[in-house]
Amino acid sequence: MSHSFLRGAFLAGAALVAVSSQAMAADATLTIESWRNDDLKVWQDTIIPAFEKTHPGIKVVFSPTAPTEYNAALNAKLEGGTAGDLISCRPFDTSLALFQKGYLAPVTDLKGMDTFSDVAKSAWITDDGKSLFCVPMASVIHGFLYNKSVFESEGLTPPKTEAEFYALLDKIKAKGEVAPLDIGTKDQWEAATMGFQNIGPNLWKGEEGRKALIAGKEKFTDKPYVEAFEELAKWKPYLPEGYEAQAYPDSQNLFTLGRAAIYPAGSWDIAAFNAQADFKMGAFPPPVEKAGDKCYISDHTDIALGMNTKTKNPEAAKAFLEWLATPEFADIYSNALPGFYSLSNHPVTVKDPVAAEFLGWRKTCESTIRNSYQILGRGTPNLENELWNVSAQVMNGTLTAQQAAEQIQKGLDSWYKPAAK
Amino acid sequence: MASTQTAELPRAQIAGRRGRFPWHVVVFLAPATLIYTVFMVYPLLDSLRLSLFTRDEAGVESFAGLANYAALFFDPQWSDRFWNALGNNVLFFAVHMLVQNPIAIGLAALLALPNLRFTNTYRTLMFTPTLLSVVIIGFIWKLILSPTWGVAKSMLGTVGLGSLFAPWLGQEHSALITLALVSVWQWVGMPLLLTYAALLNIPDSLTEAARVDGAGQMTIFWRIKLPLIWPTIGMVTILTFVGNFNAFDLIYVAQGALAGPNFATDILGTFFYRTFFGFQLQLGDPTMGAAVATIMFLIILAGVMTYFYLVQRRLQRYEL
Repeated sequence: MSHSFLRGAFLAGAALVAVSSQAMAADATLTIESWRNDDLKVWQDTIIPAFEKTHPGIKVVFSPTAPTEYNAALNAKLEGGTAGDLISCRPFDTSLALFQKGYLAPVTDLKGMDTFSDVAKSAWITDDGKSLFCVPMASVIHGFLYNKSVFESEGLTPPKTEAEFYALLDKIKAKGEVAPLDIGTKDQWEAATMGFQNIGPNLWKGEEGRKALIAGKEKFTDKPYVEAFEELAKWKPYLPEGYEAQAYPDSQNLFTLGRAAIYPAGSWDIAAFNAQADFKMGAFPPPVEKAGDKCYISDHTDIALGMNTKTKNPEAAKAFLEWLATPEFADIYSNALPGFYSLSNHPVTVKDPVAAEFLGWRKTCESTIRNSYQILGRGTPNLENELWNVSAQVMNGTLTAQQAAEQIQKGLDSWYKPAAK
Repeated sequence: MASTQTAELPRAQIAGRRGRFPWHVVVFLAPATLIYTVFMVYPLLDSLRLSLFTRDEAGVESFAGLANYAALFFDPQWSDRFWNALGNNVLFFAVHMLVQNPIAIGLAALLALPNLRFTNTYRTLMFTPTLLSVVIIGFIWKLILSPTWGVAKSMLGTVGLGSLFAPWLGQEHSALITLALVSVWQWVGMPLLLTYAALLNIPDSLTEAARVDGAGQMTIFWRIKLPLIWPTIGMVTILTFVGNFNAFDLIYVAQGALAGPNFATDILGTFFYRTFFGFQLQLGDPTMGAAVATIMFLIILAGVMTYFYLVQRRLQRYEL
């Protein structure tokens, strides 16, 4: 009965102290704050050794937090002065806020920043385009992964159009052996990220729609957005039984155990799936409405690395950030973590076939980023968090597409006034 | 069950015979007062102060009066979530009062029966969940109830009730009740032990006298034992109230800080956490969080005071 906050806060505090005193043990030890706990092994075994080999005297520790808790934990650590030296940056407004509060050091003048395109930098630059505050690391692409052995045994082929997509799902459902579409709504974010933002760009025409939202020319209650929610509602009958209580790791395990056919994915899943699944995977981009329509993919600038202004080893931290701009890093990162695509201009050959498949869509489809991040991610209620909630509710059947769209627009209207009309 | 009235000592006796200032009282009180002030009173007052301020984008604090409270109660963005959390919290408390405490009293009454064997074993088994970490409890129950991997479905299936299974933690109408029952399962040991101890304190002569007068076990419980343990039940009630309105950990472990689905399991603790620390892309708002914490404090204070003034004073205590 005596579950008190104090106890929890005290334990968390003690853990922080333990972590930070560990970090201060050696002179030039860099601690990286990140939300990529899935990548811990790759950082420890591949990326960090490669850096330490060429930079003797600098030790690097990768210290990730659970993705959903990352920002809250990071903010608390930054305010308490216990955050690591290098800080993984979410794109756009979240990191911009950290920069404005003086927690992130400008990195504009570091060596090698010209190897990043303007698009890559746009996610971590001030509104006036003058100060870059994080070094771009990687983007992730959305699409669908499928179990090749299920497809082959049934003689199925990846769909190109929406009609083909649902026909395919119907076939798998009729067979009844595996779940046709593998996504759950318990953790909520998958519904928005791997659902709404995955299939949506085809409907709102990628960047065109995203910019129109920012300019106030389009609203979430307009047809493309309502249609995106309607699509999600149509997924309901194809989801695994009890998907309302299915968390993200459950979905991942269902797919890698071969109990689901199609997995609405982010390319970041590829690395973990390669390690766990004993069948071959394939991938297809979000189906378009009619054959021959232009396709759009969510190619989201997702991760960058910034420097804590309070770091005790600014020179070592700068050396690490500059290393991120080298061809060596681009190659190591893209191949050690298939599914994360380096944002620098160095030509990189992605060796993993599935990751290369995702990357190939950049040539045939137009890229866009998630519409809830740039500028629209600044207010309260937070658009991204709201999208999680309503997308999950649409898939649960507790909100209709129209209601979801209205709720989102209402929240946005409450604080966002488009610049000039 | 002694009366709580303390006999009043004459002032002169406290102050010593010559009427000197009672330094020893100060010395004895100082350590506790000091520690309590540093770790409880000061943080409490400082968070009250913080709730009257607001922070701009650069993190500079400025005085804002009651603006945070006004937003919390009247700005639909905040108030919808706040009232939702408060309502859920009341329901969470109600489940504990209606399920946990009656079960605990019933089990205590059974354990206190004179001829029961293996009393210690039962008592230990029932108290074990209370000793486990909430993180473990949350994780175990999440696994048990998981529609994908859980045993709940197959266990219901073996007794022919498979159709009753639903993804309880994922449905808006069942998630909160499910978690409240998990919490009941975990914490039932506490009121159980307290009432059990109170029951053991009842002298055998009373129950024996009742039996001589022809009362059965049921009559003895309802007419003799229960009236004697009302003060303990009152204390259990107030502990449950304080515990439930401060609850946070189980919801956080099982559903995350977003307290899904659609905030159906959001209670004041998780609401406070999201406000104060932020969640995913929503940044933390320490001043607003302090306002939420203050309201939580006032709710608990009001509940406890109501109890002490209206209930505690009317409870009859018997000198045994």
